[in-house]
Amino acid sequence: MSVTEELSHHDDHHEEHHEQGFIAKYIFSTDHKVIAKQFLITGIIWALLGGALSVIFRLQLGFPDLNLEFLRPLLGKWISSNGKLDSEFFLALVTMHGTIMVFFVLTAGLSGTFSNFLIPLQIGARDMASGFMNMLSYWFFFLSSVIMFVSLFIETGPAGGGWTIYPPLSVLPQAIQGSGLGMTLWLVAMVFFIASTLLGGINYVTTVINMRTEGMTFSRMPLTIWSFFITAIIGILSFPVLVAAALLLVFDRSFGTSFYLSEIFIGGEALPNMGGSPILFQHLFWFLGHPEVYIVLLPALGITSEIISTNSRKPIFGYTAMILSMVAIAFLSFIVWAHHMFVSGLNPFLGSIFMFLTLIIAVPSAVKSFNYLTTLWKGNIVFTPAMLFSIGLVSFFISGGLTGIFLGNSALDINLHDTYFVVAHFHLVMGSAAFFGLLAGVYHWFPKMFGRMMDTKLGYLHFWLTFVGVYLVFFPLHYIGIAGFPRRYYSFTNFDAFSTFTDLNTFVSIAAIVTFGAQFIFLFNFFYSMFAGRKAPLNPWKSNTLEWTTPRVPGHGNWPGAIPKVYRWPYDYSKPGAEDDFIPQTVPYSQTTSSNFPHENELAKSEGAEEGGAH
Amino acid sequence: MAETLPIQESRRFEVRSMHPQKFALWLFLITVTMIFASLTSAYIVKKGEGNWLIIDFPDLFIITSVIIVVSSLTMHFAYLSAKKDRAFAVRLWLFFSGILSVAFIGGQYMAWGQLINQDIYFVGNPAGSFIYVFTGLHIAHLFGGIIFLTIVLIRAFQNQIHSKNLVSLEMCATYWHFLGGLWLYLYLFLIANN
Repeated sequence: MSVTEELSHHDDHHEEHHEQGFIAKYIFSTDHKVIAKQFLITGIIWALLGGALSVIFRLQLGFPDLNLEFLRPLLGKWISSNGKLDSEFFLALVTMHGTIMVFFVLTAGLSGTFSNFLIPLQIGARDMASGFMNMLSYWFFFLSSVIMFVSLFIETGPAGGGWTIYPPLSVLPQAIQGSGLGMTLWLVAMVFFIASTLLGGINYVTTVINMRTEGMTFSRMPLTIWSFFITAIIGILSFPVLVAAALLLVFDRSFGTSFYLSEIFIGGEALPNMGGSPILFQHLFWFLGHPEVYIVLLPALGITSEIISTNSRKPIFGYTAMILSMVAIAFLSFIVWAHHMFVSGLNPFLGSIFMFLTLIIAVPSAVKSFNYLTTLWKGNIVFTPAMLFSIGLVSFFISGGLTGIFLGNSALDINLHDTYFVVAHFHLVMGSAAFFGLLAGVYHWFPKMFGRMMDTKLGYLHFWLTFVGVYLVFFPLHYIGIAGFPRRYYSFTNFDAFSTFTDLNTFVSIAAIVTFGAQFIFLFNFFYSMFAGRKAPLNPWKSNTLEWTTPRVPGHGNWPGAIPKVYRWPYDYSKPGAEDDFIPQTVPYSQTTSSNFPHENELAKSEGAEEGGAH
Repeated sequence: MAETLPIQESRRFEVRSMHPQKFALWLFLITVTMIFASLTSAYIVKKGEGNWLIIDFPDLFIITSVIIVVSSLTMHFAYLSAKKDRAFAVRLWLFFSGILSVAFIGGQYMAWGQLINQDIYFVGNPAGSFIYVFTGLHIAHLFGGIIFLTIVLIRAFQNQIHSKNLVSLEMCATYWHFLGGLWLYLYLFLIANN
């Protein structure tokens, strides 16, 4: 239809149009859309790798007697002569799975992709505030990725002290091989990662504040943008703290200082370090670590808000409440860090304060869940794959959030701390929920990213296998956790009390492998549709936001003509009296007199006055 | 296909409330503030746990504090001169600011010598190590400031800094004053918590 006409028409008008070379266009690009795709592809590769690592350690946990000789071509000396996984490598696998998933997939892959892609498109900007900084952000992430990837293959193995890298374990190479070169590379990689995140975050905040199009007031911003904006602010405030924590750790590891070390006797010798405190690291780490949880989750929540409203054909329920609850979650995320440290010898009185603050997070979280459900309520729901993944996110957010109320309790935590109950909790509420947000976003914005549609049927299949699979993996872990299984243990065969749970662990492992396998349906769909998918219409989901006013494949600068002006909020779906069941943000109130509310009729008059004044 | 649209217009950003680069600089200053806020918090937490050392701070810190305050003043004079289009004064004041910052770094280095004379080394009780970390990390940020200053100075010699083109000088001055304030904060923090 008119798409191609429109585009060729546009080309005729711009004779000065200059073609960029392949490298400037796809590799060292400063275009936010290309950078977003770079983040997405890198994130997908990391997700595969992180998932594969989890499959390897699930094999060990689910089938303790299995001969893993067939993995020798891949893992080499990490498979012992009798076909067993090396126990220190097991710890490295757990560490790298956590690091990769939390930082590389769900921080860089999620925020990096969608903040970059959607912020300029949805607020009506030609690009980010600084395209160069944006490019630098990706390439720092790439460098960080390369270093972290290389660390998987070194002789002493990658970092093995857990993704939280608690000292003294992470400081002392004599304690575990993974605290040697692997840990050094981990720290170097994270330095670049933090630089990347901060460059990105500064750019996102600057762009949202300074570069919105005319009429795009804060009260008309899509919730996606609100969530990216708040996420970026959390990142700017919390990642520098990780820099401080890691800096002191580097000094302890490489220069012999004693910030985190004191009175340690290891391998028959006493270390000279005196006066430090490992608890200090936990405070610093979790001051980043807890906000990081919301850095991972909030973008997913923003993406689902948008998708659920669009596909319920209803305005989002409680737009302001959604924003305020995100702000509340962001604020609270900075004052709850010690709930990770209830059993570190923390003063019980302080523990009760942190417990109280932690449980308050249930309030804004419940507001968000309520608003999702009430948006769905009596909507004309369109079950696109993106919509299914969004609803799946809400399900995980609720079922995983409920166990958070148990874990936030400082008395119950004595029992549950560092068990599989914790693993089940955060994999549902943060891991799977954020992952579903990422997938929902890919399915929803794929037409805008690549100009083609993904296959819906494969999307459904992918959704159901993944959704059921995630529950089959993580629900049983609650039982295992309550039974007392500690996380990060290599093997439970030495404990008679745990032998009744062997079958359950086997079940979990099989479910994990099947769920991992289901992701290849997505991969096929993603790459196949990129080149051979059905060409996307301009506004496939009949959505209101600005990105759907761009050409099918938006070029550099996003809009061929002038940037559209915004007249209304993005959630005018099924407005009574309106012709269609959606009114894009670019439609003035003066053109929708049949559906205007009284105060909007007032606005329509002032629109006319402005136009009159301008001409 | 119009994969690449003309980019001329996209380079010209509409400024709504603040210059985007200045705004980004302020966000960067927030990140630096957070690093030092967390380090000084760590100092308090560690001190609260005991096993701590009382340290006599080097006298040189007083002199370096004066130097960095004066360099902030000279930086401000450079800014005022640029507003009045006095090209020579701009270069002179910027140059003085640079010299003073080098003097400051030298002073901090000699202060480390004073610490070593007291047997306070980087490796040892965290009470001493923290002082090295605070001063060292501050100097690391000051190196960034000196590079920035050099760029602005070169631009000043190319007559690119004047009352119509102040952004880079303003940003440099902001960072400069920030680093001065940061050092004063660190010093007062150390005195107040010793």
